Amino acid sequence: MEELVTLKHGAGGRAMRRLIEATLAAGFSEDGALEPESVGLAAMDDGAALRLGDRWLVVTTDSHVIHPVFFPGGDIGRLAVAGTVNDLAVMGAVEPMALTSAIIVEEGFRHADLARLQGSMRETCAEAGVTVVTGDTKVMGRGEIDGVVINTTGIGLTERVVPDCGLRPGDRLLVTGSIGDHGIALLARRHELDFEGELVSDVAPINRLIAAALEASVGGISAMKDPTRGGLASALHEMAEKSGVGITLHEPSIPVTPTVRSAAEMLGLDPLHIANEGKAIIGVRAERAEAVLAALRAHPLGREAAIVGACSAEHPGRVVLDTGLGRRLVSEVEGEPLPRIC
Amino acid sequence: MTEAVRAPDGGLTAGASELKFRDPTRARELAGALEGVCEAIGRDRISVMHVCGSHEQSIAKYGLRTILPRRLDVIMGPGCPVCVTDVPEVDEAVVLAADGIRIATYGDMVRVPGTTRSLADAKAEGARIDVVYSAAQAVEIARGTDEEVVFFASGFETTAVATAAVILADPPSNFSVLSAHKYIPPVMEIVAEMPGTRVEGFLAAGHAATITGSSLFEPFVDRHGIPVVVAGFEPLDVLAGLLKLVELVRDGEPRVVNMYPRCVTAEGNRNAQERLWRVFRTVGGRWRGIAHVPNGNLRLRDEFAHVDARKRFRIEVQRLWSHAPSALTQMCICGDIMAGIASPSDCDLFGKECTPEAPVGACMVSNEGTCKIWQQYGGHPDL
Repeated sequence: MEELVTLKHGAGGRAMRRLIEATLAAGFSEDGALEPESVGLAAMDDGAALRLGDRWLVVTTDSHVIHPVFFPGGDIGRLAVAGTVNDLAVMGAVEPMALTSAIIVEEGFRHADLARLQGSMRETCAEAGVTVVTGDTKVMGRGEIDGVVINTTGIGLTERVVPDCGLRPGDRLLVTGSIGDHGIALLARRHELDFEGELVSDVAPINRLIAAALEASVGGISAMKDPTRGGLASALHEMAEKSGVGITLHEPSIPVTPTVRSAAEMLGLDPLHIANEGKAIIGVRAERAEAVLAALRAHPLGREAAIVGACSAEHPGRVVLDTGLGRRLVSEVEGEPLPRIC
Repeated sequence: MTEAVRAPDGGLTAGASELKFRDPTRARELAGALEGVCEAIGRDRISVMHVCGSHEQSIAKYGLRTILPRRLDVIMGPGCPVCVTDVPEVDEAVVLAADGIRIATYGDMVRVPGTTRSLADAKAEGARIDVVYSAAQAVEIARGTDEEVVFFASGFETTAVATAAVILADPPSNFSVLSAHKYIPPVMEIVAEMPGTRVEGFLAAGHAATITGSSLFEPFVDRHGIPVVVAGFEPLDVLAGLLKLVELVRDGEPRVVNMYPRCVTAEGNRNAQERLWRVFRTVGGRWRGIAHVPNGNLRLRDEFAHVDARKRFRIEVQRLWSHAPSALTQMCICGDIMAGIASPSDCDLFGKECTPEAPVGACMVSNEGTCKIWQQYGGHPDL
């Protein structure tokens, strides 16, 4: 049978990585056009890094589609800005230079809603200290696109690129706050489940939080990644595989709000699989871990930050979870998170 | 007589924190006690079986296999309703979907492979498939449209009660049910009678027993001389249930023990049973990979023909059979795995041709399937 793209190819797990590697990235990285040490498509990192004199130009792009467009804690405008700012930040470019914004709107979309999204993008840009410098707008017929799609591209300079593959045995792993908030808030709204209340997306630009961590680490940060689609589980798998280390997570240390925990449990979902839009995973040399933790916690967006695990030379590529009761492997999502039957 | 045993931490106290049932110190104590009993039994291998995907979930999710005694083999039986849904049942749903009928079903069912296609494949080709969390939600979808909506219902007696309830609550006329519901007690008989079975005790599912009552298992114990312990799903429930079960094995005292009395009574939920049997009757049928299970399938009674999708539509599954099932499917040993006579690691496809992204057998599809759980959480305790 002919192979078709299904939703699992967009869920952030292995299926998506394979589609990108096999079909979309194929051939682009083999021609040696990039200078040594540059980060290109083959690295499958959060963005690219190109040498510019003695510094690095970090470039990243992301198309944002989300249903519903307005959700508890944010909207697609805020998401489009924060997502790209955060992708730059986790590669070390914590002072974004500029964003572009390409918007595709469905016929019939309300002007007022578009204005609201624009206001939200401006506000989020101000939080991140960046602005949109150029853009593009297209309108498509009713039913040809679902509401609105926003693509943003961001650029920023950094003296040191932080890859997602630099973990070394002994490194500690930190998360900058509670996990699962974004995805669970969305699922609850999308399926009109009743436990909304305090379920709010964490969508926020965290470049300044990461700047504080980088400063406190004095070069001790070895890898970073933002655990968006696929959640902590997919991001950690990618980091473990690319870095060639094993990761052991201590489940009781992973911050999860009680509401997210119970909602996830009711739906039969693992918070480790749920998307975040305002969090980062930071790998740091053991001796700097406490200092980085303190710097994160001193920032309003990092109060719940925690050391959640460590890297080792054992079981390279695998992520093991110490549940407090026993140990198991952490799985990656495949397909959209679907609630279990019982 | 069914014996009811208080949960190990006195969990009946009002307002007891759920965390009490996840307390690591108590877990270690129970694991230590299990070790002691298994040692006292002395044999190299003691095999017990649970028949519930939620038990496997709990064991896997909390990593309990890493603290269980090495000589205790906790086999996962045919306890995943999604996994035992037979291929032709999936085909029925796929055909309806391909005919433009809107299908509502539980998330797990969407990716279960049929003869040639799953509902997910049908969806990629344009069929309307809605994932629902409950039978009631499927009815809501039907109320909001003029289209025909078929609820592809799977699950054991626990879930079947919810289906029965919506059928009895006067659903809209465009709503019907394609029942793939299954009934657990008959398949326990099959496993107990299987030649070469190693099963010395059963851990029965607490949620199903909430409906059916723990006394349901007494005739089984009398017939087969194998003890049954009803257990809940928190990690301490599972450990305490296993401890009681191996104690019964050690003492050679086959009987039914209810280790989940905070939810389960001997007689069960009469009201729910009454609804279940008013709507459904048992018929024999194949469970995927297992066998023909006499009385193992729950089908709608004739008086509910008007909500029975099999009566309302002509479902021609044969047209899916023009392609032979793939050679890989024929190598799948899901049946042996669910019968407890093989492990996923015995399968040549496991982790290679058969993965959660590209499942060959149903055990790799469902979150409650042994293969998927092993693939996800690691079946081996050497972590």
